[in-house]
Order: sequence, then structure tokens, then C-alpha cells
Amino acid sequence: MSLKHSLLFAAALAMPLHVMADDPLKVGFVYVGPIGDYGWSYMHDQGRLAAEAEFGSAIETTYVENVAEGADAERTIRMLAQTGHDLIFTTSFGFMNPTARVAAEFPDKTFLHATGYQHADNLGTYLSVTYEGRYVTGVAAAMVAESGVIGYIGSYPIPEVIRDINAVYMGARSVNPDIEIRVVWVNTWYDPAREADAANTLMDQGADVIVQHTDSPAPMTAAERRGKWGVGQASDMSRFGPQAHLLSVVNDWAPYYIRTIGEVMEGTWESQDYWGGIADDIIQIASISERLTSEQHSHLEGIIESIRTGEFHPFSGPLSDQTGTLRVPEGTTMTNGELAGMDWYVEGITATYPQ
Amino acid sequence: MLQLERRPLPSPLMQWASPLIALMLTVITGYLIFMAMGRDPLRSLTFFFITPLSSAYGWAELGLKMAPLLLCAAGLTLCYRAKLWNIGAEGHLLMGALGASIVAVELRGHSGAWVLPLVLLAGMAFGAFWAGLAAGLKTRFNANEILTTIMLNYIALNLLVYAVHGPLRDPFGFGFPQSVMFSDSALLPKLIAGTRLHIGWLFGLLAAVAVWVVLARSFIGFQLNVLGQDSRAAEFAGFHQRWLVWFAFLVAGALAGLAGASEVTGPIGQLVPHVSVSYGYTAIIVVFLGRMHPIGIVAASALLALTFLGGEMLQIAMNMPKSITQLFQGLLLFYLLISDAFIHFRLRFKPAVPAPVTTENAMTTQEG
Repeated sequence: MSLKHSLLFAAALAMPLHVMADDPLKVGFVYVGPIGDYGWSYMHDQGRLAAEAEFGSAIETTYVENVAEGADAERTIRMLAQTGHDLIFTTSFGFMNPTARVAAEFPDKTFLHATGYQHADNLGTYLSVTYEGRYVTGVAAAMVAESGVIGYIGSYPIPEVIRDINAVYMGARSVNPDIEIRVVWVNTWYDPAREADAANTLMDQGADVIVQHTDSPAPMTAAERRGKWGVGQASDMSRFGPQAHLLSVVNDWAPYYIRTIGEVMEGTWESQDYWGGIADDIIQIASISERLTSEQHSHLEGIIESIRTGEFHPFSGPLSDQTGTLRVPEGTTMTNGELAGMDWYVEGITATYPQ
Repeated sequence: MLQLERRPLPSPLMQWASPLIALMLTVITGYLIFMAMGRDPLRSLTFFFITPLSSAYGWAELGLKMAPLLLCAAGLTLCYRAKLWNIGAEGHLLMGALGASIVAVELRGHSGAWVLPLVLLAGMAFGAFWAGLAAGLKTRFNANEILTTIMLNYIALNLLVYAVHGPLRDPFGFGFPQSVMFSDSALLPKLIAGTRLHIGWLFGLLAAVAVWVVLARSFIGFQLNVLGQDSRAAEFAGFHQRWLVWFAFLVAGALAGLAGASEVTGPIGQLVPHVSVSYGYTAIIVVFLGRMHPIGIVAASALLALTFLGGEMLQIAMNMPKSITQLFQGLLLFYLLISDAFIHFRLRFKPAVPAPVTTENAMTTQEG
């Protein structure tokens, strides 16, 4: 048996028999965490389920969870391509080069990589503009932080996280000019024990609000236990901290997945770098705490609305960095390209920039 | 009533039958678990053990996964034969990846056949250096190598994470934690075109052969074996224990370092934070499953590599959870430990001794 034949054989083995009959579009999803993380991977999976509900038997989806961002990712992605998946979403930054390599081998299949920057005719990227939600987070956090300190659990010092720390700080500063933001880096996306440790460390240092850039509900639970505030990441985490929950910045991938799958089915899809935010309902602010006053609620709603209409952009000038150098002149707004590579803290953040 | 009784001599038959029994029990338990999950157990087992190997590409992936396990396990075999409990292969591997990456990034743009050997040597040197720290702590301060190697693993991981976020980060990579892609001259040649299998797999086999020669045919191997069986005998015989510790650790470090170097110059092609999926720790299971014997570890590394591939296959084909992989690895180790008891013990049926039944007696019998 030749290599190609045995591959086809393996592919046929892996496919349930009814697939052959009506030939639905097979869509594969590769997740970095477990679908039960209630954060990043969970929300991607919710998007997958929404797409299944939308398209019914016209599509068939497969997901692979807990895929390590090393040498294994490429095999997993290739296995999906070999087993007849026509459209493959890889949902973590570390999957970029493996995705690009497999995409080059399978030019007739479509690949989409979340948060990366490599493109090809059959490889696009997509991203949620979390900084919009983070800005709102900052505003709300400053309203309730009596100590004047916000704690931030950083995953990795990559542009997305740096951007979001800046956004939280700028939002908070608009309410309380003396607000301070403290950052603890945990070098993981998902590790409940370390996330809880980081939350406790920040609360020991006086933080009244815990903002997390990691995926488990552990920081929210820790904040609840100590009577502080927590901000949910990726999914609505209000049930993990009935008292503590300030709001959640929800990543709702359903609109994007449904649209993209539709485009691929119709053959109208084109490779692009997609950024979706509040205006696209990709980012949603969920379950704002009832403990806030109605004035505070309407203030937050006003900001959300101004971001939605495009009237306000968190990264409009003038913006200076920590050394006081003007980075974004008045009257200009940072471009997506500049935001994609952001590697400086805005003026006023006292935490040291991670190196 | 059944009793465990110590054998006068360890059973050589059980020594080798034990892993096979463990594998059999694992498969049977797996069958029952799949059945309990309401899945077709035969189909599931086929996907786990057979489908990954139903194509040439699958075999190549098995070899790719084996390579780091085998390299780490070969070095650990030397250590464990001498009862030096080096848990640090993970750290040696990460340091090897780091060392190789530093040189590969530094030599980017150079072509020539000398680049790759230099990159690999740097990996081995870094791995050996890291293992040398533990060896030094043991020989100089008598520090427990289990503790020092575990702690050095964490330090190695953090050094790697620091490097990939800092000095080695691709300046044009939008600040993401990864190095530039290495140039072709720093990449391991493929063993089979069209697959990802690279010559690192041969390094693994060579390492196993070399360790076999050392253990079976060399004086230093003899000394290591004696040290492991009776350290006082080794002392009386006048063996240089420190020297032996250094030897076993440096070789283990260099081989695991080579494993790390082969990962970054092989399937990954750059330095990333996730070089290893616990290869250094899984290699410990490989050594014990392989009976601390070079041939055994070749078979054991293939088997454990298969559990990784099979777990992925089940996820994709039958939407089963990823934990199936760890479940099978855990079962395998669990049954191995049980079966290993029968190397030194045997089951004996003994007629119960008639004795007046009092609470006290019942307790002693149970405890005994």
C-alpha cells in the first residue's frame, strides 16, 4: 500500500460511515486548554456548538482539547486535515507556525489561526479586541477599589496582555487619577492553583479588584472568599463569585464562527486579519454587578455604547509611555498594526515592564 | 488463605513477564473503561493502538515521539543502575534546547555543514552542565539528588521562559515569546522525506546501544552496577564513587540535552516556551517499564510514544477526552508496580492456622 493509500485508509477508518452519504463540511477546532476551563477554550467550544446548532447536518465538527503548543500541535492539525476536515480553526498563539506549515501542505483546505500574524491564501487570522472590554473593566474597577489598587494576573507578557493592562489602567484613571495597578505574571494560560496564588498575593498587596488574564475561575473564587472584587475572563464567571463578580468580559465567538463557516461553504471566504470587538458582539460585557449604583451602571453603559459606535477608542492620543515619551500624538489613534506589536506601558503605570 | 512470600531469589521470568502482564491488564482495563463509557471497546482500542500505526506517516510520528523519550531514558538508565535517582532529565532537556537555540540563533545566516554539529554540541554541553550542578551538589555536599534535580528542573524551565521572552525573542515577532525560525543549516536532516522523522531518532537508538555496551562490556559499567547493588561493596573495592556519580550524571545530562536540541532543531524549528511535553518525566516511566535495560527502554519508549498518538487519535476520531492518554500511562505504571511485586514475592496458599478468635488476634493477623 502506498503512503497516500494508507493515509486515505486511516482517514476512512476515522470517519463514521454516514459521512460519505451527504458530505457535510467537516470543521476542526484545536484548543490549547480543556473545554471545561470556563475561559478561553470553553468559549471557543461554545462557538463551535453554536455553529453546529446553526448549520445542523450541513456541518460536522471535531475538537481536540489540551493540545500542547510544541511539536505535538503540528501532528494534531495535520491529522485533522488528513481526516477530511475542510476548515480548521487553531485557537492559540503557539499554534501559528505549525498551522502555517500544515496550511502550506493542504492548499485546498482553509485554516484560521486565532491571535497570530501569519497569512496565506488559505490561512487567515482572527482576534477579539479584548482591550475594549478591559477599558470598561478599568472604569468599573476604579469605581469599587477603595484601596485605590487594582491587581492584574498576567499570563505572558505578549502584546495582547500588555495592551489590556494599559486599557484597564486608562479606564481606571478616567475615574480615579491616583489609581495604581499591580501585575503578577504567572506564565500560564490555565493553572487554577497558580492563578489563585497570584490572586491572593495581589490581595495581600492591597488590591481590591482582581483582573485576570488567565482562563480558570480560580481567581474569582479567591476574591469571593476574601470579600474582594473579581472580573471574569472570556466567559460569564458570575456564578463563581456571586458577591465578588464585578463584570465579565465575554468572548463570544459564535457570530464569527457562524459567519466564517457560511463563507467557506459558499466559497466566498477570503484570507484576512479579522479583529472583532464590542461592535461585532464578539466582545460582550456580561452581568455587571447589582452592587453598583444605577449612576455607575449608566456611566458604564455610556462608555460601552461610545466604543460600539466608534465614537471612543481607548488608544487615542495623546499617549505617552512610562518614560514620558509621547508615543501617540493628539488627534491620532493607534492602528491595528501598532496595537498588534504593543510593547510599552502607558505613563502612570508604576509596575516594571517585564523583560 | 493467600499469602505473599518472599522468594529466595528474584524471579528472572517475572522480571521480563511483568511489563507484559502489566500491558495486558492495561488493555483489559481499557476495554472495560470504554465499555463503561458506552463506547465500542474494540473500535476504541483499535483507534488507540492500531490506527496511529496504519500508515507510514504514523510510524514516522511514532519515531519522532520516541526520540526524546529514548535519549532521556538512555541516560537515566545509567543513573538508575547505580541507584542514583536523577529526576532531572526534564531540566537537562530544557537546558539542551536553550543551549542549542542560543547557538542556532547566533549562527543564523551561516550555512555550512559545521553549523548543525555545533548547535547539537551546545545542547549537549548545556544539558551536561545542568546535570553537573546536581552531581557537584551530591559529591561535594552530599545533597540528595532527587531534591536537587527536581528543583533544577524548575530553574531550567524559568531560564528558558526568560530567554524566550527576553534575549532570544524574535525582534520582528510582535513581542510574542518565540525565537526566530532557525536557518536550514541548523535543522536536523529528515530521515524519511515527506514525514517529520529526523535523524534524532537514530541518536536515540545509538544512545541505547552505547549505554548497553557501557553497562555490559565496560569496567565503568561494572562499577556502576556494583554501586547500585551494594554501595559498601563498591567502597571496599576501592571504586571512585564520586567519579562514577559524575560520569552517570554528565552522560545523562548530555543525552537529555541532545534530546532538547533535537526537538528545537527538528519538529519545532525555533525556541518556544513549550519545548517539552514532560518528556523528561515520562522517560522515568520508560526506564522502569524497560527494566533499566537498553533493549527494554527502546520497546518501552515506543509503547509510551504510542499512548500519546493513540490518545490524540481517540480524541479526533471518537471525541474522547484527552485524559485517556494519562489514564493509559497511569494504568500501565500502576499494573507494573503490582506485577513487579511478584519478582521478589510469590503467592502461596496456606491453610489458615486455627486460633482462638479474639479481637486482638484478628488485628494482628490483619496487620501481619
